[in-house]
Amino acid sequence: MSTFTTLSDYLENSAVRVPDRPAVIDPSGLSVSYREFDQRANRVANWLVSVGVRPGDRVGICLPKGVDSLSCIFGILKCGGVYVPVDYTAPKERNRYIFSNCQVKAAFVHRSAVAVFEEPGDNGHVPGAVMVFGGEAPSSGGGPAWAASEGLAAQAATRPDVPRRGPGDLAYILYTSGSTGLPKGVMLSQENGTSYVDWCTDVFRPTENDRFTSHAPFHFDLSILDIYVPMKHGAALYVISEELGKNAAALGTFIEQNRITCWYSVPSILSLMTQFGKLDQCDCSSLRIVNFAGEVFPVKYLRRLREVWPHVELYNLYGPTETNVCTYYKVPDTIPPEREEPYPIGKTCSHCKDLVIGDDGRPAPAGEEGLLYIAGKPVLMGYWADPERTERAFITHDGERYYNTGDIVRRDESGDFIFLGRKDRMVKRHGYRIELGEIEAALYKHPGVAEAAAIAYSVEGGAVIIHAVLSGKPGQQLGVIAMKQHSAKNLPAYMIPDTFAFLPKLPQTSTGKIDYQTLLKQARGG
Amino acid sequence: MSDIKEYLRDYILQEFLPGESRENLTDDLPLRTSGILNSIKLLQLIGHLEEKYKIAFDAHEAGNVAYFDTIDGMANLVEQKIG
Repeated sequence: MSTFTTLSDYLENSAVRVPDRPAVIDPSGLSVSYREFDQRANRVANWLVSVGVRPGDRVGICLPKGVDSLSCIFGILKCGGVYVPVDYTAPKERNRYIFSNCQVKAAFVHRSAVAVFEEPGDNGHVPGAVMVFGGEAPSSGGGPAWAASEGLAAQAATRPDVPRRGPGDLAYILYTSGSTGLPKGVMLSQENGTSYVDWCTDVFRPTENDRFTSHAPFHFDLSILDIYVPMKHGAALYVISEELGKNAAALGTFIEQNRITCWYSVPSILSLMTQFGKLDQCDCSSLRIVNFAGEVFPVKYLRRLREVWPHVELYNLYGPTETNVCTYYKVPDTIPPEREEPYPIGKTCSHCKDLVIGDDGRPAPAGEEGLLYIAGKPVLMGYWADPERTERAFITHDGERYYNTGDIVRRDESGDFIFLGRKDRMVKRHGYRIELGEIEAALYKHPGVAEAAAIAYSVEGGAVIIHAVLSGKPGQQLGVIAMKQHSAKNLPAYMIPDTFAFLPKLPQTSTGKIDYQTLLKQARGG
Repeated sequence: MSDIKEYLRDYILQEFLPGESRENLTDDLPLRTSGILNSIKLLQLIGHLEEKYKIAFDAHEAGNVAYFDTIDGMANLVEQKIG
C-alpha cells in the first residue's frame, strides 16, 4: 500500500531533498533554509506535544504573517493537530468566538492580541496553553498557561513521534462570514488540501527554482496554494507582510527585487498595482505565472495588466473556501479594447466534478443557467459543530456528494462557465466573502441604532459597494464618522460599509421585513 | 495651507463621507488608524492629490500614517512638496 503524502510531508521531503535551498523569506528579509525551517516547525511540534496537544486537536494561530506563523502551521500539522488561523488585527471578540467555537487546545498569539485569551469564550472555553510571540507573555492567573516563544529554542529540533495522518483527517479550519452574524468554520481535510496542491503541480509545473509569493492572509483559502505548492517542490516562499500587501505602490518593486516567478492574489490589489504601481517602470521579467481569485477582475484593469505583463500566464481561479479552486480559466494573450464583460471562470479542474442544477431542481441543459455544485476530493468535510448547515450544503447525485456553491453559472459555447452572481445575500469584496447579515449584526451593536440594513451593489468597473441604511433610536443623532469608527471596532476592514444613509424608519415589505429592494433602488438612484 | 486643508476636507466629505457634516471632520481626526478610510480609499486620495497638485509621493510616504492619517498631516506634506 502506498503511503499518503500529508501536507507536512511536503516540507519534510523537501528538507531531505534540498536542505540548503531557501524555504521561507520572512517580511523582515530573513531567509530560512528548508533544513532550518523544518527544524523550527519540529520545535513548535514538540512544544505542542509537551502541552498535551494530540492528533485531531485544534490549535489557534493569531499572528502576523511570517516565518514564525508558518513554523506554527507546520508544527501543528506535524503533531497531527488542526490549525485554525485568524486575522490577528480583527476585533478580539470575533477571534475569541472562533477559538472557543472550535475549542482550541492551544494557541499562538502576537503580543498585541493577547486580550483574545484574557477572557473565556461565551461557552466558557479557555485554551490550555498559549504561546506569545513578539513580546513578553502575560503573568498567569486563572486563564491559559502562558509561554514565551523564546522557549522554543529549548525544544528538540527533530520530529516528534506521533501517529501519521491519513487523507480523511481534519487538517485546518478556515472561518468565513456566516449568515447568523457569527463566523462559520469550514473543516478541510489533508486530502482536501493535497488534491488541490497536486492539481497545481500539473497546471503550474513548479520547480525548486520558483519564487512564490504569499500575499493572502493565512485564514484565506488562497493561502493553501501559496504555502504548500512551494513546500512540495522545494521552491522559495516570499511572505508579504499585511502592511506591504496593501501598498500597491511598492509591490512592483517587490516583484522586481526578489525576482518573483509566481504571484497569486485577489484582483483588487492587482487592479491597484496597474493604477499606482508604476509597473511599466519595474522589471518583472522573472514572472511566469500570475493567478487571481476571489472576485471578478474588472476587464479595464485586467487589460492593463495583460499589456504591462505580456509574457506571463494569467489564470482566473474560481472556487469557494469549501472546495478551494474548482474551475480555472487562462486569460488570452490579448484582450480586445472593446471587451467589457468579465472573463469566464472557466472549466472544471481535473480533481473536481461539476453539476449545474436549474430552478426546477434538475440538471440544467447546456447553455442554461443554474446553481453550480462541486464534488470530488477537494470538497470540505463539513462545518465545525454545525451538522444542520453541513446537511443543507450538500446534495447526493449519482451516489456522489455535491457541494452547493450558491453561485449561479451558465456554460458558454466553448464549455467555460460564466459566473452570473450569488444566490443569497452573500457578496464578495476584495476577494473576501461577506455575509451582509454579519455587517448588520455589528451595526446593531451601536447603542443609538434602532434598525440597520446592509446592501451591496456593483458599480461601473465591477467594484462592490457596501451601503448601510440606519435609523436611530429616539433622540439619537447618528453620523457617518461615528458609524465608520464603530464599524472599524466591530468588523474586519473589508466589511466596513463604504457609505451610510440615515432614515427616520426603514421601509418594510408587506410581511414586515426590511424592504431591501427599495433600499437598493434608493442607493443606486443616488 | 488653510486652502489645502479646506480642499482636502471637501474632497474627503464628498468622496468618502457623504452625509457627514463639515464640522465633524476636524483637522486632527485620525482617518486611517480609526478605520474611516481604508487602504484603497487612501490610494484614491493620494492619486487625486498627486494629480491636483502635480506632485508625487513615494511609497514610503504613502504607507506612513504620520503623513496620511489626518488632514493636518496630509496638508503639511502637500505644502512641503509644492513649497
